[in-house]
Amino acid sequence: MGALGTVGRTLLRGLRFLRRDKKAMAGSIILFALLVITAFPSWFTPHDPSAEIYNPGAGVSWDHLLGTTSFGQDVFSQLMAGTRQSVLIALIVGLLSTVLSVVIGITAAYTGGWVDDTLSLLTDVVLVIPTFPLIIVIVGYVKSAGFWLMVFVLVFTGWSYGARQLRVQALSLRNRDYLLAAKARGESSRYVIFVELIPPMTSLIVANFLGAALYAVLAESGLQFVGLGNINEQSWGTMLYWAQNNEALQTGLPLWALAPGVAIAVLGSGLALLNYAFDEVANPALRPVRATKLKGVRP
Amino acid sequence: MRFLARRVGFLLVALWAALTVNFFIPRLMPGNPAEAMMARFKGHINPIAIHALEVAFGVNTHQSLISAYFEYLNNTVHGNLGISLLNFPLPVSTVIGRALPWSLGLVGLSTILGFVIGTALGAISAWRRGGLLDGVLPPVFIVVSAFPYFWIGLLSIWLFALTLGWFPILGGYSETVTPTLTFSFVLDILDHAVLPAFTILITSIGGWILTMRNNMITVVAEDYVKMARAKGLKPRRILWQYAGRNALLPNLTGFAMSLGFVISGAILVEYVFNYPGVGFLLLQAVQNEDFPLMQALFLLITMAVLLAIFVADIATALLDPRTRTN
Repeated sequence: MGALGTVGRTLLRGLRFLRRDKKAMAGSIILFALLVITAFPSWFTPHDPSAEIYNPGAGVSWDHLLGTTSFGQDVFSQLMAGTRQSVLIALIVGLLSTVLSVVIGITAAYTGGWVDDTLSLLTDVVLVIPTFPLIIVIVGYVKSAGFWLMVFVLVFTGWSYGARQLRVQALSLRNRDYLLAAKARGESSRYVIFVELIPPMTSLIVANFLGAALYAVLAESGLQFVGLGNINEQSWGTMLYWAQNNEALQTGLPLWALAPGVAIAVLGSGLALLNYAFDEVANPALRPVRATKLKGVRP
Repeated sequence: MRFLARRVGFLLVALWAALTVNFFIPRLMPGNPAEAMMARFKGHINPIAIHALEVAFGVNTHQSLISAYFEYLNNTVHGNLGISLLNFPLPVSTVIGRALPWSLGLVGLSTILGFVIGTALGAISAWRRGGLLDGVLPPVFIVVSAFPYFWIGLLSIWLFALTLGWFPILGGYSETVTPTLTFSFVLDILDHAVLPAFTILITSIGGWILTMRNNMITVVAEDYVKMARAKGLKPRRILWQYAGRNALLPNLTGFAMSLGFVISGAILVEYVFNYPGVGFLLLQAVQNEDFPLMQALFLLITMAVLLAIFVADIATALLDPRTRTN
């Protein structure tokens, strides 16, 4: 049984868990649906999302499920077309910051000594500097941040929480007998880290990925909302930007401003629900219990 | 004592890191964006102020990086933050001083309120594990926490201000009211603060509920809680004085840690409501390319968060001897 076996078993356990746990199930269905829209946006956009050719400010109708903008664009099509950017930001930032967290957290814990001191200090400093103002300052100089700058900034500011958690977890595993045994057998560090140390941490790593992805989606939409993203791209945050700047709420087009927020929340809840379920995998104490256990002990 | 020294040391390192990042960001940007800003300044302000700005943003290239860096550190440490372009010719510190009370009032109060209510709800829901509260709160707040903070603000503007007309839409106070310390002015301020405060409360409370609930679940399983039960103590007493106190400790550090998130959210909430606080000012500074104001606000917010973390660390250490031995 190598590393793959252990990881595979953990994932299998995760899948079985998904089927049993309602929250995890709901989360996976949401994410799957959004992935389909991301992969095939044209299936879901009845109109050209950027065409300004429809009756401006129209209400809800069969042709325009969520009405139109004051420019005469179809809100529903914009919503569907905007899915891609948020989903991609979530996946890419989630993945990259998780990789960074794993590398830094585990290097610190495994190496120890001054390397650990330095990396821990770095992690803590990045952790305490308030992220969003920092992002605003960085992006403020550039003004319109495109996709990859956004990814870079979000990864740069988003890895520290995970790194800290993973370091603590790895430290607690470091002196377990089975790890010491592997070292005593003369296994290489690479073997010990990838085969013995990382696999038991899979659920924590997955939870980190989901947390980082959620953070990325919310931060990105916030930046785009205040006009710091590329305002000509199709995304939920940019929809909110245009809606806000054209006073959608005040001019009787609330769906234009409210629908993208709901979409962000749908993606976010998908990630958060899965994250919560994985928390329960990592920490069995949190799993739901029957209410009978504490009956009669009411405060 | 050694613990205190470590925390003070960390505070200083983190502050220094923030200052350094602040110094290097404009220099790393392609085609120094501060140069355009400087061109707008030239001829309007005195040469000494111009020089300070050049040092801060690396516009004047004949100075070496290192000497510019130390001059910048010296200027900042002495509170010399430059002049705000947006509010020309007022110094940055004056402009911030006007916005600060608004943010402290709004964000400070609603954050603390959120922490207290959320912690209490979390403790109760863990205590009555599997009960009604425990069944409803976590899923509801998982979903709420996935909404962008500012969007909750948009929703409440639409619902409570525009549709129902219960509260004013924007601003910190009515234009028609003279800002003096009268009863009606205070009422006016409160009237304007309800919706933004509600937004911050709703979006921040979920985190406290969930973390407190999780801590509490672990603590409730401890032997000393069982012992307290076996002794026949009143459940209320066990909940708050035995389990709750100990479950609260990790949450206290968490409070400081997530303060950064709360403040981030509050920036956008202030923006949505045009609330005259620090966050709204920061975004105005960004949109008007008022870089000195932007940098000073970043430093101020960072400093506030760092100090809060420091205080929470010290408080945790005072309350929990275990953390001191580390």
